[in-house]
Amino acid sequence: MRALITGNEAVSTAVRLARVELIAAYPITPQTSISEKLSQYCSEGTLDADFVKVESEHSAMATVIGAASTGVRTFTATSSQGLALMHELLHWSSGARLPIVMANVNRALGAPWNIWGDQSDSLAQRDTGWLQFYCESCQEVLDTTLMAFAVAERVNTPVMVMLDGFILSHTAEPVQIPEPDAVDSLLGGGPSPPALVDPENPRTLHAVTSPDHFMEFKHHQFQAAAGAEKVSVEVAEEFGKIFGRNYPGTEEFMCGDAETILVASGTAAGTVRHVVRKYREQGKKVGMMRVRMFRPYPFDEVRRIVSGAKRVAVLERAISPGSEGTMAQELRSAAYSAGGGPQVYDFVAGLGGRDIVPEDIERMLELVENGADKLQRVNWLGLKE
Amino acid sequence: MQTTDYTKNKDLKTESFGCGNLACPGCGETIAMRGVLNALDGDAVIVIPACCGSIIDGLFPFSKARVPVLHTPFATAASTAAGVLHGLRRRGNKHTTVVAWAGDGGTYDIGLQALSSTVERNEDFLYICYDNEAYMNTGIQRSSSTPLLAWTTTTPEGDLKKAPKKNIIDIMSAHRIPYSAAATVAYPDDLVAKVRRAKSTPGSKFVNILAPCPTGWKSKPSLSVKISRLAVRSNVYPLYEVFDGERLVLRDNPDPVPVGKYMELQGRFHGLSEQEVELVQRHVDHAWEQLRKRADEII
Ligand SMILES: Cc1ncc(C[n+]2csc(CCOP(=O)(O)OP(=O)(O)O)c2C)c(N)n1
Ligand SMILES: [Mg+2]
Repeated sequence: MRALITGNEAVSTAVRLARVELIAAYPITPQTSISEKLSQYCSEGTLDADFVKVESEHSAMATVIGAASTGVRTFTATSSQGLALMHELLHWSSGARLPIVMANVNRALGAPWNIWGDQSDSLAQRDTGWLQFYCESCQEVLDTTLMAFAVAERVNTPVMVMLDGFILSHTAEPVQIPEPDAVDSLLGGGPSPPALVDPENPRTLHAVTSPDHFMEFKHHQFQAAAGAEKVSVEVAEEFGKIFGRNYPGTEEFMCGDAETILVASGTAAGTVRHVVRKYREQGKKVGMMRVRMFRPYPFDEVRRIVSGAKRVAVLERAISPGSEGTMAQELRSAAYSAGGGPQVYDFVAGLGGRDIVPEDIERMLELVENGADKLQRVNWLGLKE
Repeated sequence: MQTTDYTKNKDLKTESFGCGNLACPGCGETIAMRGVLNALDGDAVIVIPACCGSIIDGLFPFSKARVPVLHTPFATAASTAAGVLHGLRRRGNKHTTVVAWAGDGGTYDIGLQALSSTVERNEDFLYICYDNEAYMNTGIQRSSSTPLLAWTTTTPEGDLKKAPKKNIIDIMSAHRIPYSAAATVAYPDDLVAKVRRAKSTPGSKFVNILAPCPTGWKSKPSLSVKISRLAVRSNVYPLYEVFDGERLVLRDNPDPVPVGKYMELQGRFHGLSEQEVELVQRHVDHAWEQLRKRADEII
């Protein structure tokens, strides 16, 4: 069945199809309509789940931690300030190895207040041990949310699915809605997380752990997150076989012979793809790499894609004041890890929901190809004088 | 009142909370834990936020508890317990009591928001605050449960606690929850009866257990039970229950001892002038009178 739905509706639909058993969430723009829809599903009975109406995002995550520890499939959703408020529990849930799935509708962080999209909220959580996937279309949001449950439960690690605030969350697109049977065949037909808290088999979980043991716990967690790359690819392949839609961890668009590769993630990739197509028609050797899987970071894959290019320009929808853009840091680390590698340039655009327009991308290309000497470590696009 | 002297159980193998834990000598938390778990016949899941309790049970890979224990961040005892509750019930377990087990810091202060929300939804769980009247795990800093004029490292000499102890039972019963109660370790039968009553009551239950801390109160470890009894005998810590936020049942104390008798056994009150002790006495008398006036039943 095809339906015209928003990104937020795509999330709620996926959560319903995944037969989630417990949801705890708290309203925040632009996430709110996900929670509203899910709470409607729960009250009308189209989803047989407990919806716990908590008083904060901190409690939302704590509640899903408690529930996931008993082995039920859990979900929450948030944005921006809400994600920041959860920070302590993001570390806790990944350390506890719980397969929680969360949608984060990307939104800027204040001050000053801003409700529109940028990725600084989720990128700031990159070291929390959560896997992160960034989506470009409503279809991809639905599909990625479904795959997130499969990945999370196979590697016992929580997964965050990102969609750009408003640009995706509130924009309706035609989306293929999977059949419940097909989803069941991907997700095993029912909940599978281990019941760690079980009165029949009492365990003590997450007790104080001395330096004698702590590193081994963290090493296990680290290995699981690294191993999640392979698992994510496997899950995407299974998904492709069932549904006919394929999602590589990193999308390559005309990168093969490209001298300049533009790097983007989220909805900005659509604009970049449009410009790349136009330049290709003019015979320019330009390509785009779209970062979909950001945690685990697919180092080898990224290096393979960019290593043939002369230059790479990273388009960032986030900043790390005092450093450079997060995406550029990661890309440099991948591109240069085996010596050599292309020149990497970093561009910041679209903060707090400012539009990223084709002219921004064209200017970025012009600068890296003909004006690189004028470039700085971080370059701001579309800034007013 | 049912007489279940849990202290008579000499078979440590059947104790839900075993021996060999990491508590300081004379720790009130462990006495309280033992009483609560025995009152629940060992059918419980314990959710523990950051507090002395998160150490006492044992460092990985050891644990003294024979029931599931889930450690969780400081502010989340109630919200994590709510998640466990929903998970267990969905898995078909209708009998196990989910217990949030937090200190006064995790209850009166950082965890109050989550606690308020969880009981406002009337989640079917038991919240126990073992109340040692300060942040003991981090080395004796004041909490909003620290009593008037008590010494802590953040209310040092010359700057003793100026505000009286927050009344958590008032706060909880203002949520109109089915059951809230004050208990302490010197009255085990009372404690066990309250926990049993809580277990058989559907919805949110809150029990505050005054739990002396010799390390933080600067008292002799051998006197913890005596001090706990004097807290009740002096009306510093009245034992009472509130049903549905309305009906208040107070345990009478016909022949109260002066607060000085309670305070003199604790270094945290040493050096107070007669006038200061008198001020504490006035606060205690006033609170006791208010409570008696409010009581629907005095037993
Ligand atoms: C968010 C956060 N802030 C601070 C701490 C440090 N901390 C751990 S236990 C504790 C005090 C606990 O006090 P209380 O709840 O009264 O329990 P007690 O230690 O007295 O038994 C503090 C401040 C923490 N673990 N987490
Ligand atoms: Mg305390």
